[in-house]
Amino acid sequence: MSTLPPNDQPRGRGLLLLELDGAGSHPAAWRASRTVPGAVLSPDHLRGAVLAAESAGFHAATLSDPGLPDSALPGQPGPDDTARLNALQRAAFAGPVTRSLALIPEADTVYTEPFHIATQLASLDYVSGGRAGWLVAASPSAADAAAVGRDTVRGAGLSREAADSIEVSRRLWDSWEDDAVIRDVSTGRYLDVDKLHYIDVDNGNYSVKGPSIIPRPLQGQLPVLAPAGLLTPEAVAAGAADALLVSAPAPELLAAELAETRAHLAAGGSEPALIAELDVVLDSRGQAAADRLAALNGHTAWESPRARFVGTAAELTELLTEVLAWADGVRLHPAVLDTDLEELSRLVLPELRRRGLLAPTTPDATFREQLGLARPASRYAAASTPAGAAGSTSPTAAVAEN
Amino acid sequence: MSHSTTTEFTPSGQIQLGVFFQGVNSGTVWKTAESGSQTDFESFRRIAQTAERGLFAAFFLGEGLRLREHLGRPHALDVAGRPDAQTALAALAAVTTNIGLVATQNTTYNDPADLAHRLSTLDLLSGGRAAWNIVTTDNAWTGANFRRGGYLDHADRYTHAEAFVETAKRIWDAWDDAAIAASASSARWSAEGAVRRVRHTGRHYSVDVTPRLPRSAQYRPVLFQAGDSPEGRDFAARQADVIFSAHPQLEDALDFRRDIVERTLRAGRGANDVKIMPASEFILAATPQEALEKKAWVRSLQIGPQQAIAYLEQFWGRELQGYDPDGPLPEIDPVVEETSETRGSGFHGAKARQLADQWRAEAKEKGLSIRQFVSAKTSRGDSTFTGSYTEVADRLAEYARTGAVDGFNISPWLIPTGLDDIVNHLVPELQERGVYPTQYAGGTLRENLGLATPVRTDAAVEASPVTA
Repeated sequence: MSTLPPNDQPRGRGLLLLELDGAGSHPAAWRASRTVPGAVLSPDHLRGAVLAAESAGFHAATLSDPGLPDSALPGQPGPDDTARLNALQRAAFAGPVTRSLALIPEADTVYTEPFHIATQLASLDYVSGGRAGWLVAASPSAADAAAVGRDTVRGAGLSREAADSIEVSRRLWDSWEDDAVIRDVSTGRYLDVDKLHYIDVDNGNYSVKGPSIIPRPLQGQLPVLAPAGLLTPEAVAAGAADALLVSAPAPELLAAELAETRAHLAAGGSEPALIAELDVVLDSRGQAAADRLAALNGHTAWESPRARFVGTAAELTELLTEVLAWADGVRLHPAVLDTDLEELSRLVLPELRRRGLLAPTTPDATFREQLGLARPASRYAAASTPAGAAGSTSPTAAVAEN
Repeated sequence: MSHSTTTEFTPSGQIQLGVFFQGVNSGTVWKTAESGSQTDFESFRRIAQTAERGLFAAFFLGEGLRLREHLGRPHALDVAGRPDAQTALAALAAVTTNIGLVATQNTTYNDPADLAHRLSTLDLLSGGRAAWNIVTTDNAWTGANFRRGGYLDHADRYTHAEAFVETAKRIWDAWDDAAIAASASSARWSAEGAVRRVRHTGRHYSVDVTPRLPRSAQYRPVLFQAGDSPEGRDFAARQADVIFSAHPQLEDALDFRRDIVERTLRAGRGANDVKIMPASEFILAATPQEALEKKAWVRSLQIGPQQAIAYLEQFWGRELQGYDPDGPLPEIDPVVEETSETRGSGFHGAKARQLADQWRAEAKEKGLSIRQFVSAKTSRGDSTFTGSYTEVADRLAEYARTGAVDGFNISPWLIPTGLDDIVNHLVPELQERGVYPTQYAGGTLRENLGLATPVRTDAAVEASPVTA
């Protein structure tokens, strides 16, 4: 860890996110899990996992949805390739089960329909009472492309697909103004159609007409999380993401990476929340973390772009104490979900909370509220303000928002 | 192809109920104090849990991938806006235990690998209670919301849909039984060679995928289909488990049953293999007189003066605001050649002018005002069961006895309390007559509908020629 203290007041929000896919984040996690392999696909497993995360005091759960593996032998899953449920539907299932946990499914932007993704995420916001977020992904997988019969998108194309899909979602979420449903019995109108808007996006790749087929999400706009580096600096500066996931090659490099990212963003005029990414393997039930990791790596190596912590709960608490001074939050990727979550909830979160480093968990709070984001007005509501009435709405902006 | 090859249809003597939370049309009354939210999850939970208390087989959600329009703008007068079907159903899977969860999903604007995967997810998360109501669309108007735009010709839509469904079935067939490691000490998560790759190359799409999910407790999602044309009926007879039909009147329903049994046999399946559940609306009360009064009240709320004029405008293709809803039909002629009831949900074949002449004559003969005429046209009069609880229970018992239908798919006109009287009063009457379940037959939708477990398609299917 950098020995330099933060040179300005840290603005950490004290958020802890937990990735809770399958048996754990390590590809061989199922070999060390106390869950029977096939049971990770059951509703009971999912219910148990989200309730354990919520009761441990996590603020949010992410549900990963990695692309199809590009295996050397198509049609032959590798020894540790496990079955996977769609992440957005897992998040929806968790909606009525939880009260305070934000639910953040990963959803691809390259081989999916932007209109469907926008509608599904808006629906997730309804079934979770405004606790939904979106972890944006851009699949680099050739297998994902083949599954839907498309050419593989690479390089800058991934960044562009992600930005385009975010733009479609954000516009569709705004395409119903908040008060579009009027239920005016005297005129027989259920809707005020002046408060519905065609989005007419044409990005050169595809076009989307709109409006959405579901009213505006409860949060207005769902918080959008993206891995730092996926979106161009221009897209980030334009507000495409509300939070960036920041990775470093090692735990001690996270603080510097966060500081540098923060400085770059400030220069670009935007300040999304920063969430540090951390793989976690803890000592557990008399087994040293390093031994647990070595055993798992003996089956399949854990290749991940994230910093990795391997050690005791007390050491992790110290690391998180430092990182939380620099980051708005930390997302933990437990090597084996049941084993590592047990240690986290027993030893790490209580101590962090005792030190006053964690934001409170509030039943029924929206994810935007957790992130300290105000509920925005629809861009179309602003654009349709009569010229001159608001002063700040220029004719050009009004046309651009159409 | 089913392993059941019974050639004689045998009535089960039972009926089932489903609920269609349809949301976006004039059928849902939004003008009373009891009319709840169409989007809050609590409305969905309430309807689904009430239906489950009444041992309903299925909870349906509809889908429309473009907002209804009227004269070029979003339609203002009816309920509009609803959640994505599978997202809402995945949430309902967490708060229900037995009821089937049916998602209407489009074959034209989805990819087979993605849709099959999401339906598998719903099926696993619900413990084997998922179903897919297969719909097709070809119109470019809906396509304007999607990457591919309107790419499909009307004539190709069933060919396209069938290739889609067959691909989906192969995806659901891909995993062997017992493919997944029994314990953490197994060498592999999935047994070697236990997962089959699915490839399809066709005119409209190609798929090359190693499916990621095993079968569910009910093998694969149950398939519903609603097409009523000869082509649609044959499609259902070959592919579907349940037809969501438009034939609820007893004589008509019996004819429809005969027709479907013939088509099902021609498709090489058993006479009982395809279930039939017509769409219907129930307006019930303690006495027949009260039920009739209630029906008049419901109709007045469904079709107000503005809706009556707007309904005609859709066929006339022009504004008719100057006409008195309580007066005769407009004497001026339509300006459109083809008529469209709700743009996006299908064009009617009749020429608009011919239709207008016909309607004017009909209204004049019956002495109906615009509002009365439209109310009659839109009431789905032939799908409405109005009466006292005992009266309607007697009529439904007749359907069970004759085997005209396997059940009814009820569209409640009030959300979220619209099933309360059905569950509290009608269901016990049906149970007393011995024509309705007194408990769920099992945990899966397939068990509760009395459907056989599918036989796994053999590898030869992979090599069969494909056309779309």
